[in-house]
Amino acid sequence: MKKKIFIIDSTLRDGSHAMRHQFTKEHIINYTRGAQRAGIKLIIVGHGNGLGASSLHLGKSRLTDEEMLSIARKELKKTKLGAFLIPGFGTIKNDLKPAIELGIDSLMVASHCTEANITRQHIQYAREKGLDTYGVLMMSHMIPGKELLEQALKMQKYGAIGIILMDSAGAYLPDQVEEKVKILVNSLEINVGFHSHNNLGMAIANAVAAVKAGANIIDGTSRGFGAGAGNCQLEVIVAVLNKMGIETGLDLYTMMDNSDKIIASIMKKAQAINSITLTSGLAGVFSGFAPLAENAAKRFNVDVRDIFMELGRMKVVAGQEDIIIDVAMKLSKRLKQ
Amino acid sequence: MKRNNKDKKIKVGIIGTGNIGSDLLIKVQRSYLLECGIFTGQNPDSEGIRRAKKLSIPTSFESIKAIESNQDCCEIVFDATSAKAHEKHASILKKLGKFTIDLTPSKVGKMCIPSINLEECLEEDEVNMVSCGGQATTPLIKTLMKVHPETEYVEIVSSISSKSAGMGTRENIDEYTQTTSEGIRYLTNIPKSKAIIILNPAEPPIFMRNTIYAEIDDPKLDLLDREINSLVKEIQKYVPGYKLILGPVYENNRVTTMIEVVGRGDFLPVYAGNLDIINCAAIEVAEEYARRKLLK
Repeated sequence: MKKKIFIIDSTLRDGSHAMRHQFTKEHIINYTRGAQRAGIKLIIVGHGNGLGASSLHLGKSRLTDEEMLSIARKELKKTKLGAFLIPGFGTIKNDLKPAIELGIDSLMVASHCTEANITRQHIQYAREKGLDTYGVLMMSHMIPGKELLEQALKMQKYGAIGIILMDSAGAYLPDQVEEKVKILVNSLEINVGFHSHNNLGMAIANAVAAVKAGANIIDGTSRGFGAGAGNCQLEVIVAVLNKMGIETGLDLYTMMDNSDKIIASIMKKAQAINSITLTSGLAGVFSGFAPLAENAAKRFNVDVRDIFMELGRMKVVAGQEDIIIDVAMKLSKRLKQ
Repeated sequence: MKRNNKDKKIKVGIIGTGNIGSDLLIKVQRSYLLECGIFTGQNPDSEGIRRAKKLSIPTSFESIKAIESNQDCCEIVFDATSAKAHEKHASILKKLGKFTIDLTPSKVGKMCIPSINLEECLEEDEVNMVSCGGQATTPLIKTLMKVHPETEYVEIVSSISSKSAGMGTRENIDEYTQTTSEGIRYLTNIPKSKAIIILNPAEPPIFMRNTIYAEIDDPKLDLLDREINSLVKEIQKYVPGYKLILGPVYENNRVTTMIEVVGRGDFLPVYAGNLDIINCAAIEVAEEYARRKLLK
């Protein structure tokens, strides 16, 4: 039997970071239609940091969670609609319950890779409500495979139907992906997936390494649209998997068209590896920090790369955007001395 | 304040022998107004119980029953269990006529931030200490509102070290953010608020840090600066490690202020400022209650 890979389309979620969370109704309508035409089975929609994350801290989104999800819901018939949630930002009462009432089919519950036990309430609730619920371990490059497994086992126990390792910083090399994915695949009873970022130019290579190690979910975005240097480019990984003789059940030409005709016109600038995103990959810092770090660098007249290297040394986690200003301020003081 | 009966102390009971309870015990022992009459939990083998026994503190593993069966053991009760357990404890403690200080996010009693509403809280049977993030940020938001009553929205982000977040916080993270946010609205009258919590596993552990963002169009920064600095000094009286580390600064129509809380290192090390601030606040309430009793 041919091996099959389940592709999750996070274009309208991770792409939100690159848009500074300014997706419009038209963007959502056009892309959800395109994704459905291509045969995408699951599309995740919302603020880059998920339900309840639209904030002064991370950036306010133009549309509310409810608006984004209801626009997508109206368009999607065959494709399932999913949301993303990080406990600590979104809550069941304020965010998840309303999203379920709007008709989401699936949920990704994410935590920093060492903090899986904050996802219990949310995974259990989503499963009780019948959602396909995935556990996501963010910044998973930061801890060894054995520790990742312990965290993944917790999410499995809460009821997740799959675990997705996120390379939030684009810091992995393929060997490391293979090693960690293998550990999870060998010991979990549920599916394993990988979500890569392209800071070191490894997004596709890392997705391939994950598949070779036994992952059967790949999470990516059209044209690589996403935080930092961008994500695993979906039309590319689908082409590569085709070439490897692996099924995705997706229409490659339509995926290419979606990328060229829909996403290219939404993007403010082409997704590229530049000195900032490259440094953030090297430092192992969450890609989503880039726009805020650039602002802080300008404001305090310091090199944005120094900010990233310092953040890397401090091992900051995603969500800790408030520390950027502090680091920039300290660096500028140091320069003046 | 003068005291007329010098050696007398008011007895307190502590329910819950985890991080919060154990830290409270140390703070009670340091107090010249309070003494611990019972330290009670559920687990006879808990570290907390063992430590308390060594200090010759009366202990029990029958939780609240220890207070029911020996009502003279305390006048004030700290509940450091869980929101669910506290919902059951609340009515029992009320019947027993204890002054209850609840450290869980149950929201049963009146929400209390000592620098804001200590006076009214002392007239209640029971008060709730909101959350560590609530203790750290609400007074500052109250000050923002005093200078800019037109403010519509405020947002707080508390980053705490993973090591200082016990299972209670982790398993009830939604209650934590919701209680914090509701507490802010209730105590400052701001129409909209949002609370975010982030657990940070970095080693060495980070100090508790709280960022407050307020949407203000034309802020009186000098006045804010003065008011906030004097508030910080006020809070330092009961939370010595409370520090203003940034701001108030203004950009993009918002005022940002950052507070760091360094713990006293009583039970958990100094990084656990989150645990320290809620316990310092709880002790402040208990001591004021005791002071008035002793003066009567």
